[in-house]
Amino acid sequence: MHAVRRKRLLFIVLIVSLLASALGLVLYALQQNINLFYSPAQIAAGEAPLETTIRAGGMVEKGSLARQPDSLTLAFNVTDFQHSLRIEYTGILPDLFREGQGVVALGKLRGDGVFEASEVLAKHDEKYMPPEVTDALKSRQMSSESSY
Amino acid sequence: MSWAWLHRLGSPKWFYGRFKAWPKPLFCLACLCLMVAMVWGLAIAPPDYQQGNSFRIIYIHVPAAILAQSCYFAMGMAGVVYLVWQIKMSPIFLQAVAPFGALMAFIALVTGSIWGKPTWGTWWVWDARLTSVLVLLFLYMGVIAVQSALEERSLADKTAAVVSVVGLLNLPIIKYSVEWWNTLHQGATFSITEPPSMPMAMWLPLLFAVIGLYLLSAAVILWRMQTEIMRREARTQWLKQEVLSDGV
Repeated sequence: MHAVRRKRLLFIVLIVSLLASALGLVLYALQQNINLFYSPAQIAAGEAPLETTIRAGGMVEKGSLARQPDSLTLAFNVTDFQHSLRIEYTGILPDLFREGQGVVALGKLRGDGVFEASEVLAKHDEKYMPPEVTDALKSRQMSSESSY
Repeated sequence: MSWAWLHRLGSPKWFYGRFKAWPKPLFCLACLCLMVAMVWGLAIAPPDYQQGNSFRIIYIHVPAAILAQSCYFAMGMAGVVYLVWQIKMSPIFLQAVAPFGALMAFIALVTGSIWGKPTWGTWWVWDARLTSVLVLLFLYMGVIAVQSALEERSLADKTAAVVSVVGLLNLPIIKYSVEWWNTLHQGATFSITEPPSMPMAMWLPLLFAVIGLYLLSAAVILWRMQTEIMRREARTQWLKQEVLSDGV
């Protein structure tokens, strides 16, 4: 390679790697702002501010969903399988809201540790399946359960 | 190491003659692939067990997102080549690829938010993945703007190359955004090292769509490059002869 071109290439590599490390440091410093939501573990550790609009997310705990019969108010727990967080919400849930599914809620953490949500979003996972497969999986699960 | 091949590829005359006949067959092949993919994906492939039919937008969203990133990578590499070797063809390529890449990024964002509304419950959240793809679209628009706003050709080419090279840093951020941070966007369904989290009846049409879109991008970019060569080399003797011999 010609000396001039080699110099130019080295210069570009140097500039780009300097920029990359600067950007890396910025992103690292802003990590908490870039994270879309607080996990139940972070909230349990007291990292989330109280009475401030934040997002909290996790898996909806199985069997935790409780609806009030006369209104749209409901409550459920989200968990990361170590800590769990009670979420209260009034409104319509997205179609994909299910127990065992991930959700992200926007709202405020109250002093008593309950999260008061004004918006609940469903988080989809990266798995896709045709309905027949899940039916087969379910029926297999049920038959194995009934054999106990 | 000999760089002669690179210099030959860098000659507009050689490039024009070599690839003149390519776009049309590439375009036909791309249409065929995309047609197969769309019919298969949108009508024949099984619905998802949770999302039903709305998941089918994946057959447009994912290929567009892949192409948006691939085009940017190619553009950034062309930028490096221009800044180091100052080869005539690289700004022509850069100029040809930018609008196509921008369109792909735009399609990925639009289809994503159309899918997001019924699935997540919102059109848009400022999570790391969505934001970094929006930045990708802005980078494309920046390259296009710089190319067309600066009057002096070599200055415009150089600035666009610098923007596209610096913007390369955004690509790993897009790719790893779903792993480094908590995001609403899910992780990747496909990776090279693991089997896909999707049955074959679902990912095979997706594969066709991705291949079809790559072919389409090749055809469109070659076409645009030919036009750009003709614009830039309008005063040269070889192009006059080329056009006259075509009987235009």
